[in-house]
Amino acid sequence: MFEIIRKETLAEGIKLFEVAAPEIAKKAEPGQFIILRKDERGERIPLTIADFDRNLGILVLIFQEVGRSTKELGCMEVGDKILDLAGPLGRASEIEEYGRVVCIGGGVGIAPVYPITRALNNADNEVISIIGARSADQLILKDKMAEISHQLYIASDDGTIGQKGFVTDVLAKLLADEVKIDLIVAIGPLPMMQAVSEVSRPFGVKTTVSMNPIMVDGTGMCGACRVAVGDKTKFACVDGPEFDGHKVDWDLAIKRSRMFLAEEKQAIEHSCFGGECQCQKKK
Amino acid sequence: MSKEKVKIERQSMPHQEAAERIQNFSEVALGYNEEQALLEASRCLDCKKPTCMEGCPVEVDIPVFIKHIKAKEYQMAIDAIKMKNNLPAICGRVCPQENQCEKHCVLGKKFTPVAIGRLERFAADWEFKQPSETRENNKGKSGKKVAVVGSGPAGLTAAADLAMFGYQVTVFEALHTAGGVLVYGIPEFRLPKAIVEREIQGIKQLGVEIRTNMVVGAVNTIDELMKNGFDAVFIGTGAGLPNFMQIPGENLNGVYSANEFLTRTNLMKGYLFPEYLTPIRIGKKVAVIGAGNVAMDSARTALRLGAEESYIIYRRSDKEMPARGEEIEHAREEGVKFRLLTSPVEIIGDEKGWVKALKCQRFELGEADESGRRRPVAIPGSEYEMEMDTVVMAIGQGPNPLVPRTTPDLQLNRHGNIIADETSGQTSKKGVFAGGDIVTGAATVIQAMGAGKKAARAIHEYLSN
Ligand SMILES: Cc1cc2nc3c(=O)[nH]c(=O)nc-3n(C[C@H](O)[C@H](O)[C@H](O)COP(=O)(O)OP(=O)(O)OC[C@H]3O[C@@H](n4cnc5c(N)ncnc54)[C@H](O)[C@@H]3O)c2cc1C
Ligand SMILES: Cc1cc2nc3c(=O)[nH]c(=O)nc-3n(C[C@H](O)[C@H](O)[C@H](O)COP(=O)(O)OP(=O)(O)OC[C@H]3O[C@@H](n4cnc5c(N)ncnc54)[C@H](O)[C@@H]3O)c2cc1C
Ligand code: SF4
Ligand code: SF4
Ligand code: FES
Repeated sequence: MFEIIRKETLAEGIKLFEVAAPEIAKKAEPGQFIILRKDERGERIPLTIADFDRNLGILVLIFQEVGRSTKELGCMEVGDKILDLAGPLGRASEIEEYGRVVCIGGGVGIAPVYPITRALNNADNEVISIIGARSADQLILKDKMAEISHQLYIASDDGTIGQKGFVTDVLAKLLADEVKIDLIVAIGPLPMMQAVSEVSRPFGVKTTVSMNPIMVDGTGMCGACRVAVGDKTKFACVDGPEFDGHKVDWDLAIKRSRMFLAEEKQAIEHSCFGGECQCQKKK
Repeated sequence: MSKEKVKIERQSMPHQEAAERIQNFSEVALGYNEEQALLEASRCLDCKKPTCMEGCPVEVDIPVFIKHIKAKEYQMAIDAIKMKNNLPAICGRVCPQENQCEKHCVLGKKFTPVAIGRLERFAADWEFKQPSETRENNKGKSGKKVAVVGSGPAGLTAAADLAMFGYQVTVFEALHTAGGVLVYGIPEFRLPKAIVEREIQGIKQLGVEIRTNMVVGAVNTIDELMKNGFDAVFIGTGAGLPNFMQIPGENLNGVYSANEFLTRTNLMKGYLFPEYLTPIRIGKKVAVIGAGNVAMDSARTALRLGAEESYIIYRRSDKEMPARGEEIEHAREEGVKFRLLTSPVEIIGDEKGWVKALKCQRFELGEADESGRRRPVAIPGSEYEMEMDTVVMAIGQGPNPLVPRTTPDLQLNRHGNIIADETSGQTSKKGVFAGGDIVTGAATVIQAMGAGKKAARAIHEYLSN
């Protein structure tokens, strides 16, 4: 059992948990994730390790309430215990001194890009960060990202914070201005990561993305997390989650992410979230 | 040979009728009642040289336990079995007996062999109905600690035996439930999870600690276990890496590995969705590629999940199908359709990325290959399409690489299996032993248990010196 030590609402529908998991915290590296199961009936859901404290034995998880499992998770309170939590899974990010790196986070993707950005900063890279959200009240971790970036650009769909537009607009401008970039790391919704990869492709700048396919076990046993990279099929949970954005088959990834759309709807309708949920009303 | 004994016919197994059982996930074979067990036991000739035992990988003393059943000494029967086999309720259900103990029974030469597996199951099920007594707990008597990685039959057997030798044993399991393939692979209707759970409780009573959610290679490595106080390690991580065929369309929505399909259904209880939150999508027509136990389980599961048609697609002929005879028979009774000498060449999708059809090619049998089986040869121009909603790949599993990847001095063969001595399980690394599917490639429950047993003995020897 894994106790929730702290809970914070970062934005509407985006929650942060600090969870006591000393053994996992001890081994966690940027870019890795955990899989948790809230309770006996729960599904196994993957969440990135958004931060960790080895000494305190704590993992930070930041998640968006998109469906039934994440909504139910969001109803848990400090002192509650998550039944199962396994990790750290996946390969860690390759942290080196590349030179100048651009770290891009979109929406809740800012959470997983944060520890990678920090590690790249600590490895003496010059870090330019670009973060974006739908609007100002949806933008998370702005101050924390500012602390670890040499430059921070902000974009919002509605222009309520930073420049109006997408993170890719900022990236396109940097590339057009011939800013020399040695590596781009992008994490966010699939269409965002795809757009970043398309923008950087003509410039030949290495672009690393973190894939978030549907998973079950997270140990390489089921193959649910297949992504096509170049001419190979990879299992994101053991071969990734980070891949070369220029080689990912985005069309396939987007189709696969919709595999259980009908069931996801059914799950919500079947739950208290379909109607009037107590813990949702409290907010 | 006494005439009377052979006059009694092999007792058939009571079971749920096909039409009824495809509506539920309850066990198909119901087990002998006492009368049937006594009749069946009376068929055994109590041979001086019991050839049946040669066929049992863990050498269960078959004539002795059957003799106890005959005398209604059920406790003694189960005790005799447990001398060699910690998981009789499981083996009695899933051992491929026709290729093992029963294949070697002398009665099989002229008549039908004694139903050894069913009697074993009877004895184990009898014991479960008795008030449980606490088993002796030798925990830590020896003062030494052993880590077991993986809680499938290999790991559980090694753990139980090591605990009985007096070691403090900790089992590390990656998933949230112990049992390996017994819980995530083999379906409820063939092996009720409550039985696995009870067997595991028994092992816990021996003082074995089972830690779930511990992915070795991620949260700790073999070297770290050794450094942190474990005197020896047994690796029983199984063959958990699903193979795909590398044909076009395999990443379409609706294509599952058998592991994913069965894990969603069994471990995550997808058949209870949305009560349980893990979904499984099935459609009307399901094709399962392969003809082993895994394939039969998948095809039969598909029917229970509501598929209207469920096909087994297999490259060779029915003689070569590797599944247990009983499972093939059950699948046929339930209406699974067999397309033999047939293999898929492409999975065809619709514009949204969903499976629409399966393109297959016909085969004929050619010359025998090195395994002695006649090699299937494709018939040119014989391709045809079958409409399909779901395709399940059940063409075998490879070894999971998580442990080897993080233990560089562990020698592997070219398939990625850990190289271990056949009699001791000793690997290339000092103090590290391995057994089960991770060493042999996908095999059987009882073989994995046999390997766990041998390794426990070897570890005991290693730690006693
Ligand atoms: C390696 C990895 C790291 C992730 N890290 C984060 C994170 O830090 N924060 C965060 O908010 N989200 C993260 N996700 C996504 C998160 O796992 C899904 O949002 C969650 O599982 C959705 O469950 P649900 O029942 O609430 O939603 P559902 O209604 O079931 O699904 C909503 C969408 O989430 C995706 N999804 C559904 N089930 C799964 C599943 N079992 N595994 C993966 N995706 C699924 C599907 O694309 C689906 O369309 C990560 C995913 C992966 C693979
Ligand atoms: C669907 C199906 C049906 C079958 N039917 C039959 C049958 O009828 N009769 C029969 O005899 N055999 C059958 N088999 C084969 C039999 O189940 C296997 O041969 C047997 O389970 C192998 O045992 P094992 O202990 O080696 O491995 P497994 O049972 O595979 O167990 C390995 C365990 O190790 C865990 N693990 C893996 N990696 C790690 C890690 N890094 N850290 C921690 N834990 C880890 C896994 O999660 C798993 O729980 C079937 C197999 C399948 C898949
Ligand atoms: S363990 Fe399996 S092979 Fe051995 S006697 Fe029992 S059923 Fe037969
Ligand atoms: S060979 Fe057959 S008849 Fe003889 S002891 Fe074994 S089970 Fe009994
Ligand atoms: S999630 Fe099962 S193999 Fe990756």
